Amino acid sequence: MIGRAVKHRDSALWVAAMVHRISGLALAIFLPLHFLALGLAIESEARLESFLRWSDQPLVKAAEIGLVFLFTVHLLGGLRILVIENFDWRDGQKQLATLAAALSALVAFAFLVRVF
Amino acid sequence: MNTELSVSLWRGAQNGRYETYLVPQRASQTVLDVVTFVQRHIDPTLSYRFACRVGVCGSCAMTVNGKPRWTCRTHVAKVAASGRLEIGPLANLPVIKDLATDMQPFFEKWQQAKGAFAPTKTRRDAIAQIEPDTPARKAADAAIECINCGVCYAACDTVRWNAEYLGPAALTRAWTLVNDERDGGNLARLQAIAGAGGCHACHSHQSCQELCPQALNPTAAIAALKRRTAVAYLKGEIKV
Amino acid sequence: MNVRLYVWQRATAAVMAPLVVVHIAVIFYATRHGMSAADILSRTRGSIAWAAFYGVFVLAVSIHASIGVRNILSEWTPLNERRVDACAVFLGLVLAVLGLRAVAAVVLP
Repeated sequence: MIGRAVKHRDSALWVAAMVHRISGLALAIFLPLHFLALGLAIESEARLESFLRWSDQPLVKAAEIGLVFLFTVHLLGGLRILVIENFDWRDGQKQLATLAAALSALVAFAFLVRVF
Repeated sequence: MNTELSVSLWRGAQNGRYETYLVPQRASQTVLDVVTFVQRHIDPTLSYRFACRVGVCGSCAMTVNGKPRWTCRTHVAKVAASGRLEIGPLANLPVIKDLATDMQPFFEKWQQAKGAFAPTKTRRDAIAQIEPDTPARKAADAAIECINCGVCYAACDTVRWNAEYLGPAALTRAWTLVNDERDGGNLARLQAIAGAGGCHACHSHQSCQELCPQALNPTAAIAALKRRTAVAYLKGEIKV
Repeated sequence: MNVRLYVWQRATAAVMAPLVVVHIAVIFYATRHGMSAADILSRTRGSIAWAAFYGVFVLAVSIHASIGVRNILSEWTPLNERRVDACAVFLGLVLAVLGLRAVAAVVLP
């Protein structure tokens, strides 16, 4: 194949689809770890507690902020798809996609304010 | 105007390289004019495709500075701001030579999507009376002006990533036939587009819709097909 | 992707949309109150509501994520269809088993 990337990938909607995919992949990788952490409660409440205290450190909190962003952006990207596929076509999707990204950043920022 | 354009053209087949030519810039010049100039005045071995030159046949589609476009309808002034142009054959299709691609896979997928009318009447029957303002006819009319130029197919990343994907043009044509009340082949058609390379592979990137020179909306057509096939599947009318 | 996988993926997405919103609210609530393990577990232990909520969530995400990852493997890796299916099933099982175990960990008295 000719090795030059095609340049129409500057559209907000193409970016929205890619962000949706990457965020989903990241969440799918994170999820087993999340389940294992919660599963610590099987051992004892103290074990879960010590994990929660470990997660209080800034680097982990920063990662959690990232996860909240990915989670929200994946939800909004999914809603984009569900609307396109189940309702009449609407214009102005690029603006909505940009709004969705901004909203996700806002939610992640609100989380940041909470934890720091 | 005596400035010159620096034009890189793809030479060779699948394995080839870009070669650069200098072309005099002229007022109201189109990209097709540029390619034609190279072939007529610099290198007669350049291969490219065109026919009408006026934006009704779709033959001259090529990749221009990274985007698939009709070269006869692309003004140089609009895309070569810095005096540079890069022109290659359409993506996602085998290259025959230079700027000409093999459109066969594109048309084969058209057939696989059952993009052909399946008649239910003969010449001895009365002509069907189709009301132009029914929702189904409006949906078909909105999607029917496809002239198979291949721009959407070349733009689509799902086509690029998924060899089986039938592509926006084939699926849009299937959608027009799904909405054609004279057509008798819908069950087979819905079955044909519900499998591995069917409409559900679409991720709604919308490159097709953004770049279609006929202002068609394959994303919307494919979204409607997803609904139609899902309902047919849940009713047991089609199988995976 | 085919119509069967599509229906399952979109249906689980629709089911999860409200669950995700609630979960985000739970995250915010837990962090605002600086909840300890004891605080969390005192609320979840023996709760049928939380068991149902997160049980459904786990099952839905196991299906949804495995189909999504299947698409990525199918489009972005050279793995053949059988391998891709196997990976998807494996991921789905891992998420379901670990997820239900996690739910059990916090709701069983």
